Amino acid sequence: MANVTLRNVRKTYTGGFEAIKGVNVDVADGQFCVLVGPSGCGKSTLLRMVAGLETVTGGEIDIGGRVVNQIEPADRDIAMVFQNYALYPHMSVFNNMAYGLRNRGMAEAEVKTRVEEAARVLELAPMLERKPRQLSGGQRQRVAMGRAIVRQPKVFLFDEPLSNLDAKLRIAMRVEIRKLQRRLNTTSIYVTHDQLEAMTLADVLVVMNGGQVEQIGNPLAIYEKPATTFVASFIGAPPMNLMSTRADEIKSQLGGGATEAGILGIRPEDFVITDQTPAGGVALPLTVEAIERVGAETFVYGTRAQDEQRVAATPGELPPGEVIVRIPGTEAPAIGARIRVAAVRAKLHLFSGDGRTRIEA
Amino acid sequence: MVEEEGFRRYVAHAILWIGIAIVAFPVYIAIVASTQDNALIANGQMSLLPGGHFFEVYYKTIFVGTSGSTREPVGNMMLNSLVMALAIAIGKIAISIISAYAIVYFRFPFRMAIFWIIFITLMLPVEVRIYPTYKIVADLHMLDSYAGLALPLIASATATLLFRQFFMTVPDELLEASRIDGAGPLRFFWDTLLPLSRTNMAALFVILFILGWNQYLWPLLITTRDDMQTIQVGIRKMITTTDALTEWPIVMATAVLAMLPPVFVVVAMQKLFVRGLVETEK
Repeated sequence: MANVTLRNVRKTYTGGFEAIKGVNVDVADGQFCVLVGPSGCGKSTLLRMVAGLETVTGGEIDIGGRVVNQIEPADRDIAMVFQNYALYPHMSVFNNMAYGLRNRGMAEAEVKTRVEEAARVLELAPMLERKPRQLSGGQRQRVAMGRAIVRQPKVFLFDEPLSNLDAKLRIAMRVEIRKLQRRLNTTSIYVTHDQLEAMTLADVLVVMNGGQVEQIGNPLAIYEKPATTFVASFIGAPPMNLMSTRADEIKSQLGGGATEAGILGIRPEDFVITDQTPAGGVALPLTVEAIERVGAETFVYGTRAQDEQRVAATPGELPPGEVIVRIPGTEAPAIGARIRVAAVRAKLHLFSGDGRTRIEA
Repeated sequence: MVEEEGFRRYVAHAILWIGIAIVAFPVYIAIVASTQDNALIANGQMSLLPGGHFFEVYYKTIFVGTSGSTREPVGNMMLNSLVMALAIAIGKIAISIISAYAIVYFRFPFRMAIFWIIFITLMLPVEVRIYPTYKIVADLHMLDSYAGLALPLIASATATLLFRQFFMTVPDELLEASRIDGAGPLRFFWDTLLPLSRTNMAALFVILFILGWNQYLWPLLITTRDDMQTIQVGIRKMITTTDALTEWPIVMATAVLAMLPPVFVVVAMQKLFVRGLVETEK
């Protein structure tokens, strides 16, 4: 059991490219930490640095009170689950799990006990003699997990372990991983680009972008109070609506002490279709462009009237002037209809003009 | 496959059968000739049916040899050829799998330069560098020895290239998983890379064994002693006789014997061979 501390960790490649630009993360003993971010944000690199598969060019990685920067992966007391599982194709399931134990010189009787225990937990007992290619994707995934847990390491590292599975299995395995981690109570670091996985698994959520940490915290706290527009649009699906706002609007509508132009964010689920404008809240007239009915809810894609259009704050997330509204699945406005949506004051998020800081009114 | 109508199918089959006959007939003749009496063949009266001297001819071939030209039992020639072919095949595989491992998995200075130097040797087969190679072997006192027969042919760019290509398809995660599992470079090579290369090694073995077995020029040059002769050189010597009749049954028996080991290797390893060429076990 151990905590993992990253102190100002940096990674600069020989070409000069800076993949990790000074990251500070503290994962307490037994916590489940999820690194989430778009592809290329450095989350996998960071995980591989903790594993010892990438060198650290600056800062310190501390596992259980020991700085491991110069220590070989095998001696860091970590176990890793890879995206493609990386099972040894020529070894049976049993040997795949036993390999790391035997390399450490563990007695064969102890190896057998541990592997059989892991196989029982992961329901792999009937297939211990099979080769990986005779297993389904989900079973391979479990063997990869088994290889990690037999070692009884201080830290589990997961590198997008579920992304090769189909959607249904992914949800099932997600729950299994969480239950297993709770029971073993082993500190874990998990990398994913799927914000839903991140939200459901994490005790501590680390949102990364461009080699830097955007926000660290409890997943729900991050959802409720995103620190930057990047976090606001990355966490939550569909993404938060962001629109630029003038300083006088901020003052008059929100009554805050803001003096400069900012960005206003409202989550799709915080809108209601109504003719009223709640006190201190925001109301928008929209023309319905498209709707998506997914059963439990309906997503309305609307554009604001021409004179109301402002540029969306985060490029690539929403076209300018487009607003997504989530309403109950029983409702569905006609395409082309004019509707009016409103959100109450408590559900408004306000950011500085560059999107880097949250303004608390 | 498109089903052809009757007539065209018969034509196609007929052509294939003719092809088989053209390839197989000389082999058949060799087998038949190796069971006949030499006088009969010398008279030009050879029958197309097997004669009655099978055991007699093969016994003489393997244990005695021709009485005129070589006087060396073919059994011994086969042993020489076998040692050479095995040494070449195994030596090449061993050296090239190690060098490919170094080139693919280790970062050392001039790695790419070394790779290209190995690559360039493809353009310099033994025939091209025969004089310097002979000189080196002679200076090292390796003439008329198994080492002299096999060593110069062991250095191989083709096999190194083949293993390099194969290693590059092995996912990096396997190496990383091994590192986390506490396996050092040697363990990873021995426990993971070698078992994965099994089919490739089998395919290479078949190719290299036949290549080594069929060597002619090099053994001809560096062996002078009769008891170091290889079978391919021996056959040629048996045919050219100065003052005696060529002993055709023995020549043909030698030819048949020379065919057997490659055939055996191909048949025995065919399954692995094909798998090694077409599929990768990952």
